[in-house]
Amino acid sequence: MDLAKHWRLRHARYRLEGQRNRLTGEVRFPPAPPHPGEAEEIWEPYVLSGRGRVYSFSIVRQPPEGFEDQPPYLVALVRLDEGPMVTAQLTDCDLDQAAIDMPVEMVTRRLRDLGPTGLIVYGYKFRPMVQR
Amino acid sequence: MMMKPERPVGIVGYGAYIPRFRIAAREIARIWDGAGGTPVDSKSVPGPDEDTITMSIEAARNALARAHVAPDRLSAVWVGSESHPYSVKPSGTLVAEALGATPWVSAADWEFACKAGSEALTAAMGMVGSGMAQYVLAIGADTAQGRPGDALEYTAAAGAAALLIGPAAEAVAVIEGTTSYVTDTPDFFRRADTAYPVHGHRFTGEPAYFGASRGAAERLLHDLGAKPSDFAYAVFHQPNTRFPQTVARQLGFTPQQIAPGLLSPKIGNAYSAAALLGLCAILDVAKPGDTIFVTTYGSGAGSDAYALRVTDALPERRERAPLTAAYLAREAFVDYAVYAKWRGKLVME
Amino acid sequence: MRHVYIIGTGATPVGEHWDRSAASLAVEALNSALGTIPAARLGALYVASALSASLHAQSQIGALIATAAGIPGIEAVTIEAGGASGGVALRQACMAVASGAVDLAAVVGVEKVTDVLDARREAALALATDADWEAIHGVTLTALWALLMRRYMHEYGYAADDFAPFPINAHANGVANPHAMYRFAITADKVRGAPMVAEPLGLLDCSTAADGAAAVVIASEGLARELCAHPVRIAGSAVATDTLALHSRSNPLWLAAAAQTTTTALRSAHLTHGDVQVFDVTDPHGIAAALALESSGFAERGTAVALAREGAITPKGRLPLATGGGCKARGDTVGANGVYQIVELVAQLRGQAGVAQVDGARVALAQCMGGIGATVATHILTLD
Repeated sequence: MDLAKHWRLRHARYRLEGQRNRLTGEVRFPPAPPHPGEAEEIWEPYVLSGRGRVYSFSIVRQPPEGFEDQPPYLVALVRLDEGPMVTAQLTDCDLDQAAIDMPVEMVTRRLRDLGPTGLIVYGYKFRPMVQR
Repeated sequence: MMMKPERPVGIVGYGAYIPRFRIAAREIARIWDGAGGTPVDSKSVPGPDEDTITMSIEAARNALARAHVAPDRLSAVWVGSESHPYSVKPSGTLVAEALGATPWVSAADWEFACKAGSEALTAAMGMVGSGMAQYVLAIGADTAQGRPGDALEYTAAAGAAALLIGPAAEAVAVIEGTTSYVTDTPDFFRRADTAYPVHGHRFTGEPAYFGASRGAAERLLHDLGAKPSDFAYAVFHQPNTRFPQTVARQLGFTPQQIAPGLLSPKIGNAYSAAALLGLCAILDVAKPGDTIFVTTYGSGAGSDAYALRVTDALPERRERAPLTAAYLAREAFVDYAVYAKWRGKLVME
Repeated sequence: MRHVYIIGTGATPVGEHWDRSAASLAVEALNSALGTIPAARLGALYVASALSASLHAQSQIGALIATAAGIPGIEAVTIEAGGASGGVALRQACMAVASGAVDLAAVVGVEKVTDVLDARREAALALATDADWEAIHGVTLTALWALLMRRYMHEYGYAADDFAPFPINAHANGVANPHAMYRFAITADKVRGAPMVAEPLGLLDCSTAADGAAAVVIASEGLARELCAHPVRIAGSAVATDTLALHSRSNPLWLAAAAQTTTTALRSAHLTHGDVQVFDVTDPHGIAAALALESSGFAERGTAVALAREGAITPKGRLPLATGGGCKARGDTVGANGVYQIVELVAQLRGQAGVAQVDGARVALAQCMGGIGATVATHILTLD
């Protein structure tokens, strides 16, 4: 039961909370400890917009353990509007619909179900933009 | 009798969510020989990575986006559902965390069959109306289950609606009053630790659905001194297509009044979200000054009725998040096999 | 620092060794590498394995294999750096011998992956990705390479078919390698018609994880002259790292650790790019080989696939690659790959590579990487 590992990442996973540099305005995701010599308070929590574009994508057909019930599923590198790139699944997206540069938005979904004696792990995925 | 807080309250922001996937009722009938006609055309199906928590989060984000209220200003995040993913571990805490509302917030889960969301709504009115809170988020969300082959399988659907309740002065729609009507009526129930509910067939309509809906609605109309024709729109709990049409007719509402909020023909019964999603769809099209009559229903059984008046703030605010129609429009149909796989109806071991 | 030489190599066939343990494979390879040299003369044993701890719930396989080899008591450690484990272990041995701390050392790479079924193996391989920010999303190493392949195709205008020369070349060369898993040729039609594993990667552009062990014996110059008629010098050795997660890199199509280690290794060998005559890189897919060649400076960005199409990567070409079959035809032994590379390149430099022999090869480059180049080890082998 790796409860602590999932729990401590909840802000980043659930709401795409990264960090912003108070001096330069640079936004980074995932959040990280300050580099050696950097004051801890330089990086403040910052929730990213969740908007971005697909940098690349693939379809997983041979899944790792724990994902056996999911294939085929789309995975992607997404370039977020604020600059950082993230790895995540694409959801609500047909396999033949995914495309490089496709605009996507973040949604919070179930990433994994650790079974009847475990947690449901929730986190960010991306989907084609819903019309506004 | 009508309940109304001393401090006027209203809906400051609202948000809908409907999953992308649908299954056609005729596809279910194909498997189960539904020769007697189908209660809806199609119903929404949650994707394999969706549940009450994920749908609540999206509906709530839409509500906050419309209101321009920062999540840390919420006093409560309340989720009404009969399909909370955990038996013990609140949906509300996770939704609140995802919104950024933690830790100085109340979070709770409500349960009253299809009326769980409106319970949260009534409680939110009290919380804000008393001055205890400035903003409370009331959410109705469900991924409902029907036993394969049961009549419920045609309609048990998924969706979420979130209403941000706040001071009337900031509202897109002021809530002018509410009534609640409940009796102990076993029209539909699900025992703890069982997967599928049991329903009372004809008993479901009378005395349950129609009796409770009329009870709450007639009392509210009476106490307001209003008549159905005073309202621009009306929305009722919609377990199928026919029930809300029938109760509207019984009460004296016209098909035109209920048309914009009648979503069940396309998405089935979204349970705790059903009537509230209909309200969202009405808010998507209503004009300042319009009045809206809302009646929810939950088995067990009871109804809440609400009277709303749209303010000048609505037109600008509704554009800040996807309209209910956008969620309705992105429908993607799945067949019964995919539906059975996603909804856990295949015996895997 | 002293010069360092390879004086013996050995390897087991790569395949599905249902009846063998990791230790038995490792000992076979070690004994083969030692030949007539008594194991007791070894000063240190470096065991490379990427997956033993996760697949077999066994740590300290350095001690395990030392014991199985009949040399308990020897200084032995396990090196884990994903697919770079073999090269990183070799570097530890080089440093030990070059420094004078040890005169004779052995490196054994061993992987035993067929004790578990597919999903567990994929999960174990995915341990080389970032657990918190990649693996939790169900991303596999193959899928990460597929993401890079699709982006590469997009940026440089290639089709998936254009990558077929890499597995075709690997299979053509594997025919001559006695320990290769797949000793048969494949055609472009077969590659094109293969089922998809992770679009745009098809089955025949994906290596097969398999069991195997390879070993090399490393000696100081004096001992090498005494014990070996044809020692091969390790003229350059370098290890570098990059971010574990692909998404953290400014340009995901650039393997910075491959670039850095190649530069460092060539400089310490007093050689230039043009001197290298034969290569072995981590090539589970064509895209991996292409990015390794480009990042290491042997092809301009976006050109490696075109060069492969023109035949440059065959034994007769300018950049002979995978002459032992590479990950694709030899079989992908993950943490042991870096040692198999050395075994095969030593055969090249000794003129023993059969139909895959590169004429007159005197300088070879071995490069192995963990994950998508999060750890890279590059070695330059030369004949004196």
